[in-house]
Amino acid sequence: MSIVHHLDDDVLLEYATGTLAEGWSIAVATHLALCPHCRERYELMELTGGALLDTLEPVPASPDSWTALMARLQDETGAQPAAATPAVPPNGGQPVLPEPLRSYVGSDVDGIAWKSLPGAAQFLIPTSDGETMVRLLRIPAGKPVPEHTHRGREFTLVLSGAFSDGEDVFRRGDIEVADSSLMHTPVATPDADCICLAVTDAPLKFKSWMVRMVQPMLGI
Amino acid sequence: MTTTVSIDVASCKTLAPYVLRPPRDARPRAARKTVRKKEMAVEPNDKQALNITMSAHLTAVAERRDVAAFEELFRYYGPRVRAYMARLARDGQLAEELMQETMMAVWNKSAQYSPDKGNVSTWIFTIARNLRIDAYRKANRPGFDPNDPAFVPADTAPADQTLEGMEDAARLHEAMAQLPSEQLQLLKLSFFDEASHGTIAETLGIPLGTVKSRIRLAFAKLRSTLEDKQ
Repeated sequence: MSIVHHLDDDVLLEYATGTLAEGWSIAVATHLALCPHCRERYELMELTGGALLDTLEPVPASPDSWTALMARLQDETGAQPAAATPAVPPNGGQPVLPEPLRSYVGSDVDGIAWKSLPGAAQFLIPTSDGETMVRLLRIPAGKPVPEHTHRGREFTLVLSGAFSDGEDVFRRGDIEVADSSLMHTPVATPDADCICLAVTDAPLKFKSWMVRMVQPMLGI
Repeated sequence: MTTTVSIDVASCKTLAPYVLRPPRDARPRAARKTVRKKEMAVEPNDKQALNITMSAHLTAVAERRDVAAFEELFRYYGPRVRAYMARLARDGQLAEELMQETMMAVWNKSAQYSPDKGNVSTWIFTIARNLRIDAYRKANRPGFDPNDPAFVPADTAPADQTLEGMEDAARLHEAMAQLPSEQLQLLKLSFFDEASHGTIAETLGIPLGTVKSRIRLAFAKLRSTLEDKQ
């Protein structure tokens, strides 16, 4: 099943240049692991970065720069060049969570200690950027996540199952980029639970007063 | 693919930079993009020759720990990486240190460079970028892992990626020279100054939507140039 919901150039570019904060970058990198189409576009951006490096007006290195570097090389002559990272042997089939997400979570989906939410379950993924909230959500088959609006943007990347957001169906690898103008009610398709990665830059602001009341207690 | 340069790493290494000159664009003249006079000075084939030479140097470092080849890489990339670092570091000493770190990483990770990716400048740019993020934001940069069993590879692998990578890089230089200046400026601000698009919009006094549409236009143009190559 091929991916139909991709990333826009501006998000890919912020990831390629290094501007995008860690939380958003986890979603972008995980989408790229699943999406050859976006990867090809991303590679063009890195190629552009290399070409721009060629065009930079060179700033002469310090006069003793090469000597200093040589001294460091001497210290490390015994060291073998680091080999490319070996593949982690799959532990019984293909993981549901691709890298880098699997390392952030610490296991594949089987090992996740889900915390329950009203009508869903979540697993918080800590990051060091201080500006995003990153979590896995598990929405039961056929069930909606509570209706909400956002104060900022939200990336939602489907990892298993699917959700439908009005007209559009999002399946494994599809990513939805929403901003504060979008009111949406994602509903898991009836065939299976939907597991997705959700990145937001502000706590979600649920519409329902009941959910809003319990929000501080649940830490969502 | 019309050119037939084979890259003999062993013999490349002994040649001075720029000596290896691959055949000029062999397509019929009519098939080439119109190039204005000014841009002819860009000489994409020089870039291609440079890529081939640098790729051979890096391979020599990886395979034989060749210090002379490493010095060639240092002489070319050191001052450029330093310039890249200096765009964020007001302190020249810090820019120098980050450049040294980058070149050490080039030495230590040379085995991870794969010539079928083709472009040394891009490889070194990604190392420098990651070190810069690390230094300024004290943050991790998550990246995908092509060796991961869950990684989804592309359906088709081009037959001769090495040469294709080299040609793409050369053609990209040509295409970049033809971008409208406001689009090129935007790319430079994005890559060098690591400014968010919101910040760039404020700096230039233009709406965020304009920033995004210029980015879209610029990459659409660059993509079509590369897809156009047959």
